[in-house]
Amino acid sequence: MSEVQKKFMRRQKGEKYLILLIQILIVGGFFGLWEILARHKIINEFIFSSPSKIWQTIYDLMLAGNLFHHIFTTLYEILIAFVLGIILGFIIAIILYELPLLAKIVDPFLTMLNSLPKVAIGPLIIIIAGARTKSIIIMALLINLIVSIITIYNGFLNIDPCKLKLLDSLKATKMQKLTKLIIPASYQTIISSLKLNISMSQIGVIMGEFLVSRAGIGYLIIYGTQVFNLSLVMSGILILIIISFILYQIVTYLEHLLLKNKF
Amino acid sequence: MTKSLLTIKNLKKNYHTLNGEIEAIDNISLDVCEGEFICIVGSSGCGKSTLLNILANLETKSAGEINYHQKDLKIGYMLQEDALFPWLTILDNALLGLVIEKKDSPENIKYVKELLKAYGLAEFQDKYPRQLSGGMKQRVALIRTLATRPDILLLDEPFSALDYQSRLAVSNDVYQIIKKEHKTVIMITHDIAEAISLASRIIVLSKRPAKIKSVYELNLSDTLNPIARRQAPEFSKYYEKIWKDLDINV
Ligand SMILES: Nc1ncnc2c1ncn2[C@@H]1O[C@H](COP(=O)(O)OP(=O)(O)O)[C@@H](O)[C@H]1O
Ligand SMILES: [Mg+2]
Repeated sequence: MSEVQKKFMRRQKGEKYLILLIQILIVGGFFGLWEILARHKIINEFIFSSPSKIWQTIYDLMLAGNLFHHIFTTLYEILIAFVLGIILGFIIAIILYELPLLAKIVDPFLTMLNSLPKVAIGPLIIIIAGARTKSIIIMALLINLIVSIITIYNGFLNIDPCKLKLLDSLKATKMQKLTKLIIPASYQTIISSLKLNISMSQIGVIMGEFLVSRAGIGYLIIYGTQVFNLSLVMSGILILIIISFILYQIVTYLEHLLLKNKF
Repeated sequence: MTKSLLTIKNLKKNYHTLNGEIEAIDNISLDVCEGEFICIVGSSGCGKSTLLNILANLETKSAGEINYHQKDLKIGYMLQEDALFPWLTILDNALLGLVIEKKDSPENIKYVKELLKAYGLAEFQDKYPRQLSGGMKQRVALIRTLATRPDILLLDEPFSALDYQSRLAVSNDVYQIIKKEHKTVIMITHDIAEAISLASRIIVLSKRPAKIKSVYELNLSDTLNPIARRQAPEFSKYYEKIWKDLDINV
């Protein structure tokens, strides 16, 4: 490695550490300032809570033994909605692709469903399916499924017509076209729809928990609001931020793993 | 006398679109004999691809007849784009036709490996298309077509995606491959020089709707390779005639 290259690498590395340092300072400063402002009663601790109170709340929840119950409830619901969304989205996209007439017929309905704020039907779902986990998952599915279908279906439509013509000239069957071309060619689209799907699933699950109010992080937040325990609300939000950050990282890593050496 | 493989009689093709009817082919008749290398030239959009699509059964004809004089006459179609699948290795790409036809038997796989070897692609068989040059990819596409052992090869502007240098080289290679495998070829091109350097017969089509405007039986020595043919004294004579037939307005 030449001197100049070494210097370049050093500078790049230095910049990376600098960015990380500043990010840590921002987070630390934020919590520090928050704590100081709350202690000196410059902000209302009752409404804005404080880092130490949030920590106390989370610690108490842990001692009471139900912190992990709430976290796992939420994670479980997100996972089910995520997996179901991907599988159903994939199957429905294939059906629409194979039946172009059906696709044309349902197109405006899909658009309508896609633009509808799904929270609006939340109460209806609860009446029909009951105030249960099932309703939460239906809610999340409603949000992630439409997006998955549209993304994957559009991936199918974008397949190179030359490759389709090639398979036609080889007299490939419909099934062969699916397995040899359409699915492998859309692999990338399907993988990138995972990221969208995971965030949609989270939105759906939290919304569902707000409405169903039995367990989960969404429940903690809504319960905290009802009893005016703002530390509980803040704790819920903080845990949620951490969960979604970790899930996002996992999906990004998964995507990297699945696409590595592929294209 | 050589055997006739297929006869096209008074072929017509009209496309129907919401914007009206498009007459693409008007009354084409043609006899294709075994071992021929037919080049079809014509201005762009005149209906050349349509003709091949009909022969390959990808498109229906509007009128006329196509008679195949051999039971199960096998047609191999090589498209303008290599259409290689980026997620398959070169070997798997070359085997695609056989896999689709469920004929990927050990002998056939061996045959494809031999073809790859014969045409300088053996060391690339486990690589992916993106690692190959345009000319190599086009050769893989030809081997994929040859793998199913067709009786007639249809080539639709197979070299048009290549730059001039690789085009000369690849068309030379392809010519050798085809002669060695004793294939009958119908090839489309809009490059007059390419047609003269490869064909045993050139068919010039009119502007859309395509009709046969003129036919040239080339008697350039068959032993000459395409590059040597370009130096033959008759070359410019043919070139001029075909250029006139095409009536290209510059
Ligand atoms: N599927 C189609 N539907 C309607 N018109 C078509 C279709 N395919 C080709 N055409 C029209 O038919 C004419 C001939 O097309 P083509 O055979 O592709 O020309 P080329 O000689 O360049 O290969 C063109 O005018 C084209 O627009
Ligand atoms: Mg064409």
